[in-house]
Amino acid sequence: MTDLGNHVVIAPILVPLLTGTLLVLLRGSATPLRRTISMLGIQLLLAASLWLLLQVADGDLLVYQLGSWAAPYGIVLVADRLSAAMVMVTSVLALFAMMHAIQGSDRRGRQYHVLFQFLLMGLNGAFLTGDLFNLFVFFEILLIASYGMLLHGGGAARSKAGLHYVVVNLVGSSLFLFAVGTLYGVLGTLNMADLALRVAALPPEEVGLVRAAALLLFVVFALKAALVPLHLWLPGAYSAAGPASVALFAIMTKVGGYSILRVYSLIFGAEAGPLANLVEPWLLVLGLLTIVVGTIGVLASRNLALLVAHLVVISSGSILTAFGLGSQAALSAGLYYSFQSALVTAALFMLTENVARTRGAFADQLRAGPMLPAANLLGGLFLVLALAVAGVPPLSGFIGKVLIIQASLDTPAIAWIMAIVLSTSLLTLMALARAGSTLFFKTDTNAGAATLPNAANLVPVAAVAVISLLYVVFASPIYSYTEAAAAQLLSPADYIEAVLDGETLAGGETRLDSETTSDGMPPDSGGHD
Amino acid sequence: MEALIALSVGLLTACGIYLLLRGRTFPVVLGITLLSYAVNLFLFVMGRLSIGVPAILEPNRADYADPLPQALVLTAIVIGFGMTAFVVVLALRARADLGNDHVDGREP
Repeated sequence: MTDLGNHVVIAPILVPLLTGTLLVLLRGSATPLRRTISMLGIQLLLAASLWLLLQVADGDLLVYQLGSWAAPYGIVLVADRLSAAMVMVTSVLALFAMMHAIQGSDRRGRQYHVLFQFLLMGLNGAFLTGDLFNLFVFFEILLIASYGMLLHGGGAARSKAGLHYVVVNLVGSSLFLFAVGTLYGVLGTLNMADLALRVAALPPEEVGLVRAAALLLFVVFALKAALVPLHLWLPGAYSAAGPASVALFAIMTKVGGYSILRVYSLIFGAEAGPLANLVEPWLLVLGLLTIVVGTIGVLASRNLALLVAHLVVISSGSILTAFGLGSQAALSAGLYYSFQSALVTAALFMLTENVARTRGAFADQLRAGPMLPAANLLGGLFLVLALAVAGVPPLSGFIGKVLIIQASLDTPAIAWIMAIVLSTSLLTLMALARAGSTLFFKTDTNAGAATLPNAANLVPVAAVAVISLLYVVFASPIYSYTEAAAAQLLSPADYIEAVLDGETLAGGETRLDSETTSDGMPPDSGGHD
Repeated sequence: MEALIALSVGLLTACGIYLLLRGRTFPVVLGITLLSYAVNLFLFVMGRLSIGVPAILEPNRADYADPLPQALVLTAIVIGFGMTAFVVVLALRARADLGNDHVDGREP
């Protein structure tokens, strides 16, 4: 592999970092310049993500040792099929969100583009890192940026939602640190591959402590993924956030899902001895509950933004239900579903903003308002996206849900999964039909006139609608990719070998040496009794 | 020594959680601060307690303090400090926007 080819793993982190830094330096300059730089950064990121995806598509695990310090001492970035695909989805979503934001909503706050780039950096870092503490750091980066983005535009509703969101996430971060500290105290490492080895060889007297830390970690990831009962922050925050920000937030719950998948397949997977498959039974039950609670929220929502926020909760529940089944087919189905649901819910948030803007004072409230001059166009887009998110053939959500149900056919939970997924799909569809008909057909003659939507604003929404169709046309190659990604996840031995042995740039460090050195680390050293 | 540290972490956490559950933003901010103190202390002692030993490896020395938790706690302190500053500003902003300092944005 060439030198440059080796560095492609860190490119999705460096590109937004450098773009963001440049934008900080240019904070006083003209808006068009900042928009151009931000957009160029995202296009560069898109190219880097595509390159990374092509490099790992044939099953290679790329390990990048920061500063050439060998694992488990140095921090590594690892790109496998799953992380490359997540980075790719993030970049595509970023492109559409930015296309939407530069139509004007980025001007409501001063540092929008900077925050946007740092949020991308945090997201990509979280997807690529192979170190648990580094994951915490990237979580913090993306959270700090998201706090700013949530407040973008200001206003009382955002301040209140922002306060809740920030406090909840700060508590989550504290729990993350407690879990990381416990794991380090018992196992003496934070490299995920090394953790996996040590958990597999855990002496019985320490199983309890590690189990507690693992479950604490699960609480943190479940909070990020908006799993019931830790989902309560999401609808308020996402419905209050401005449209320019919330389109990118659609991928943030996927970070929680991704972390659950990574940590509980690699460290606490099938090989983990007494801690094998630690959270799978929880995941399945909580995932299904999340779908139910999200559906109730969708039915009860009185404005479109809140409704879409509850759709995010449902999609999170569906993904984690699939992950909870644990088989290769189920993981693959969950991944297939998660890629499209991130894009579709983001597009629905952007469409919500367009509808709200044309309706004037009625905004996105679900009640009869002025007659919309472009009701066919807006309604048509809403129809396509609503069908995609509810899972109606022939759109992308349908195939995702069929795959999830198919994967559960041989499991004891099949009755529950089928009943809940199918009935909530129907209820979601009813709620969306009701919302659509209220917004686009019911008119109040006293409501005044609506304005025409800005056509350029609808381009990213339409683009996602087209992608949702293409996602069905190309379902077979995408599914075979997610299947390969799931297979890679379920054989953690390859990951561990690649990180700890493979392509050691520093050289000279063998596995045997590192065993003895790290076993001699303070957990066993004297002086503390 | 271990018992004292463990009690301190426990006490800080308990006070932090109690304050977090209060209705006004100022106690909540204090609660977050106490919780982050607790977690910093906890991370720090995860390298085990040792007195008078260097945090580097030397030849002919059997005991040394684990430097990694010290690095981790430094990162955690910096992040926690930034977050506290942010949440204080946010609480002030919410106080100005909403007209009161209740976390729900209205007096109960």
